[in-house]
Amino acid sequence: MTELATPQYKPVQETGEIFDLTRFGEYLQFTVVAPGIAEAYRPGQFVAVAVGGADTSMLLRRSFALYGVKPGGDYAGTIQFVIAAKGKGTRWLFDRRPGDSLDLVGPLGVPFPVPRNGTPAVLVGGGYGTAPLLPMAELLIAADSEVEMIIGAATADRLFGQLPAKRLLGKITVTTDDGSAGQRGWVTDPLPSAIERLGAEIVYACGPMGMLRAVGEVAKAHAIPAQVAVEESMACGIGVCMTCVLPVRGSDGVSRFVRSCVEGPVFDAGRIRWADVGSVPADLFGADGN
Amino acid sequence: MRTTQPTVDLRTSLASVQLANPVLTASGCAAAGKELGQFFDVADLGGIVTKSIMMRPRSGRATPRMAETPSGMLNSIGLQGPGIDSFIANDLKWLKDNGARTVVSIAGHNTDEFVNLAKRLYNQPIDLLEVNISCPNVESRGQVFACDPLAASRVISAVRRAANPNVPIFAKLTPDVTDIAAIARSVADAGADGISLINTLLGMVIDLDTLRPALGGITGGLSGPAIRPVAVRCVWQVHQAVPHLPLLGMGGIKTGRDALEFILAGACAVSVGTAVFHDPTAPMRIIGELRDELALRGFASLTDAVGFAHKSAAEQDGYFAGLARADAAAIAGER
Ligand SMILES: Cc1cc2nc3c(=O)[nH]c(=O)nc-3n(C[C@H](O)[C@H](O)[C@H](O)COP(=O)(O)OP(=O)(O)OC[C@H]3O[C@@H](n4cnc5c(N)ncnc54)[C@H](O)[C@@H]3O)c2cc1C
Ligand SMILES: Cc1cc2nc3c(=O)[nH]c(=O)nc-3n(C[C@H](O)[C@H](O)[C@H](O)COP(=O)(O)O)c2cc1C
Ligand code: FES
Repeated sequence: MTELATPQYKPVQETGEIFDLTRFGEYLQFTVVAPGIAEAYRPGQFVAVAVGGADTSMLLRRSFALYGVKPGGDYAGTIQFVIAAKGKGTRWLFDRRPGDSLDLVGPLGVPFPVPRNGTPAVLVGGGYGTAPLLPMAELLIAADSEVEMIIGAATADRLFGQLPAKRLLGKITVTTDDGSAGQRGWVTDPLPSAIERLGAEIVYACGPMGMLRAVGEVAKAHAIPAQVAVEESMACGIGVCMTCVLPVRGSDGVSRFVRSCVEGPVFDAGRIRWADVGSVPADLFGADGN
Repeated sequence: MRTTQPTVDLRTSLASVQLANPVLTASGCAAAGKELGQFFDVADLGGIVTKSIMMRPRSGRATPRMAETPSGMLNSIGLQGPGIDSFIANDLKWLKDNGARTVVSIAGHNTDEFVNLAKRLYNQPIDLLEVNISCPNVESRGQVFACDPLAASRVISAVRRAANPNVPIFAKLTPDVTDIAAIARSVADAGADGISLINTLLGMVIDLDTLRPALGGITGGLSGPAIRPVAVRCVWQVHQAVPHLPLLGMGGIKTGRDALEFILAGACAVSVGTAVFHDPTAPMRIIGELRDELALRGFASLTDAVGFAHKSAAEQDGYFAGLARADAAAIAGER
């Protein structure tokens, strides 16, 4: 029933020691020793972390986009991810200390597609959604692409990645809803001019669903694709439970509920039926199977 | 209690199907095995129980489809699946190619659909049919056949007549009934070769931010360790009601100790469901843990432990005394 292939890279489960924890505004950045995951990782993939310890009542793993990896060399490979304290599980993660261990499964999901060398690209990150875009920016730059980056958040302390992005790109555009940093407004406000200035042929984005939808619309208006990494509620992260589905139009024109953990989290924004997320549209494959 | 027991024979059977060990996946928690195959060899499990399959492709219900609850979760997937033809062509073929013992779970809107599924699978390479008459994630609760002894027995006897006689059929029951033993007797009378217990319990979560039900489908099925005592009770009661029938026990199994409870209550084998989401290798880990737990208690084989909690203290002592005598005789023989 699925038209996209199963993941290219085999995920592994490993127990990794927390090597470093760094606070950035509202976020906590984890660096964890996980050589197996580091080895197979491609930008856009994520990791599923067990929370609460061995006897926890929290059964479901929490997913986090990978902010990058340092492959093994003299020491074992590490992975980075960035989290916001939201509910019980992420609050537990906020209480971890270097030296503690985490049970991880990854790398999971389909990575961002990589265009041919030299393709100009705009990257748009919302909140912690900037994290997975930074390694993608690095990859694009290494492939001689011109890259612009727009990062935004509701408020200044919810911005992530300003400094590393500036270090990587020299100049970036920052927006906040309340104007507490950068220009006031949404990330989609400066997007059209960035696309035009650069002659961008592709947009990459990660952030809240509403933002991804809006980015997709701007890209469509410029007749270029937007590759977006979505965040859908996931129980397993490995493709066995069917909780994480989105209505996505396939290349054959047929819309299906596809698993965002293994067929995503990266999708072509133009294929996601944004208006139908959270419902079962009548023309969906299998909708009349009742 | 004896303290040393080096090896335990883990072989078991579900009706006529021989299994190398008693740990299977649970329907809906392992898809059709392929994804778990990335983490371990699916042929090493007692078996893979596939997601319940229906005649036609089915989209399932709207998202959000899950909510975490204390030691459990609610799901309202609504039997999303590709339909039987795609299932046979892709999933069943993969399981066969990879040497997995395969239990195919089937679900239908009415008796005819169950019968047609059994016919489609008649000549397919399957080891066992699990007949899901208990899914709570359908629009109308009136369709849960396993809530009504008559409806349950009608489906089971029709499937038994339509299915390949060499393939045992297990009826999967819901705990959401007043008297599960009565339902078990009715499906046994209708020709079920065994019984799977339990499916999820109907539950609900309200989101305190939106002040509305958390699930797109409003209600959902509760699974995970939170339901384990209910599941063990059901296995116990059904074993008492139909002691000759093999039972496949499930509901909140996360460790070998959990699995042992089901075995002692009367299950011949167990399925691991929600725990797979927490730990993809859980079914494999549980095999080893169960072996250790049996050895620790002095059991010579898994089958000796099946239903052991129903025995009187004197009968239990008799079992261990018998083993000790056999050991002593063996040692004497060696001398
Ligand atoms: C592919 C992917 C990448 C993600 N990347 C990041 C990241 O880089 N940084 C970050 O801070 N967060 C990220 N998230 C969101 C993060 O997984 C949730 O915020 C987190 O699971 C919430 O857990 P909790 O224990 O705080 O909340 P709880 O409400 O206790 O969680 C209960 C359950 O709901 C799920 N859930 C709750 N909120 C979300 C959500 N927004 N998205 C998905 N599942 C949710 C949880 O995973 C858990 O299973 C990502 C989610 C996905 C699916
Ligand atoms: C996400 C999910 C999907 C399920 N889908 C099915 C299904 O398709 N057919 C079925 O018979 N049971 C289904 N079940 C029920 C399980 O097979 C099992 O009976 C139940 O979850 C109890 O076991 P557990 O606590 O180990 O998960 C599903 C359970 C979950 C959590
Ligand atoms: S989270 Fe389980 S299938 Fe995607």
